[in-house]
Amino acid sequence: MSPARALLVREIQLAVRAGGGAGLGLAFFLIVVLLAPLGIGPDQVLLAQVAPGLLWIAALLACLLSLDRLFQADHEDGTLDILALSPLPLEGIVAIKALAHWLTTGLPLVLAAPVLALTLNLPDAAQPMLVLGLLLGTPALSAIGAIGAAITVGLRRGGLLLSLLVLPLYVPTLIFGAQIASRAADGLKAGASLPFLAGTSLLVLAAGPFVAAAALRVNLR
Amino acid sequence: MSIWEFANPARFTRIVSRFLPWISGAAALCLSIGLIWGFFYTPDDFRQGSTVKIIYIHVPAAFIAINAWFMMFVTSLIWLIRRHHVSALAARAAAPIGAVMTLVALLTGAIWGQPMWGTWWEWDPRLTSFLILFVFYLGYIALWQAVDEPDTAADLTSILCLVGSVFALLSRYAVLIWNQGLHQGASLSMDAEENVADVFYQPLLFSIAGFVLLFVALVLLRTRTEIRARRLRALMLRQVA
Repeated sequence: MSPARALLVREIQLAVRAGGGAGLGLAFFLIVVLLAPLGIGPDQVLLAQVAPGLLWIAALLACLLSLDRLFQADHEDGTLDILALSPLPLEGIVAIKALAHWLTTGLPLVLAAPVLALTLNLPDAAQPMLVLGLLLGTPALSAIGAIGAAITVGLRRGGLLLSLLVLPLYVPTLIFGAQIASRAADGLKAGASLPFLAGTSLLVLAAGPFVAAAALRVNLR
Repeated sequence: MSIWEFANPARFTRIVSRFLPWISGAAALCLSIGLIWGFFYTPDDFRQGSTVKIIYIHVPAAFIAINAWFMMFVTSLIWLIRRHHVSALAARAAAPIGAVMTLVALLTGAIWGQPMWGTWWEWDPRLTSFLILFVFYLGYIALWQAVDEPDTAADLTSILCLVGSVFALLSRYAVLIWNQGLHQGASLSMDAEENVADVFYQPLLFSIAGFVLLFVALVLLRTRTEIRARRLRALMLRQVA
């Protein structure tokens, strides 16, 4: 097995098997969507209106809360130092870890979103655009998160700081993604948001691993 | 003589100590002229009444809020490329000032907006992107405080500042897609047509010059303080050892 594939398999196995917590992000997503009608009220019209934004915010938070397992555990037990010495460049390691994070956190959210959108009374016409937006946007969430996780990996109390650093970086993705879905719900075309979302994702996927690897090198010094 | 000679902390401290009183004095002078002229010797606007005078604080504060981040971007880049400690410390020194200026711009805007727009807060693109900028400042400052080792902190905050700059810019244009706004166009630009009227414009220039000088003075002062604090710590460590 090539080093890249071995690392990817390892990451996914660690996430899926006991104690990895791959299902936790999904459960968190579910509970946020459950709590929202309880707080806002069961009004179907109102829920349909807030559904795109709500689903996107729940996805952001679910992604954010699972970021600590990206580098933290590997840094604590020294695996990260070993990985840094491996034939793979550190940028590649970051990219593979972010990919594994997306496969175990982002992708389940994309698949679960249409079902939860039904409970929030999102119009049928908006369903494909919601899924398309999440499909384009959630990889960016993992890649941006990798930057934040790499910056805070050496910190003892990194959790709250991580959210303060990462959530502002999620703003463009959230705006474009939620816009796509809510415009579709209003019967409009996606407009400029769709290419902007795709562009943001491409930018982050291309540049993110390099930035995160630079931050990791600082922390591994 | 090249500009990099100021990167020597000892020379930097010496030069700052010589020029700081003059810069501070100039800041006080410009601020006094701009604010007194603006507040007491300009006519009331025919629609906005005397509330228009808040621009003598609001516009310069907003100007500094944005440019302080830009300055941090440049100094972070210099730190990452040339490893001059003064540069990293200047970025650190500028952040709280920028955060306060962002807050001042938001607060004065709210005070002005209540009688004029009929609301303290509106989710307008400009207002929203300033709030986002404020959060970026908070994250940057929090990261400086969270990391113990000074050089690691400088490296990580510089990376954050560069990434943040890209995303702050992206957010600025993203919010335009998200909402049309109430906020009026730029008060200042090279394109003279959309500028404010001349009676308000001249004191505003003094006020902005005053804010810029104040910002420079505060950054120099805080950077010098930080250099001295580090030297002090190094001396104390040497005594212990």
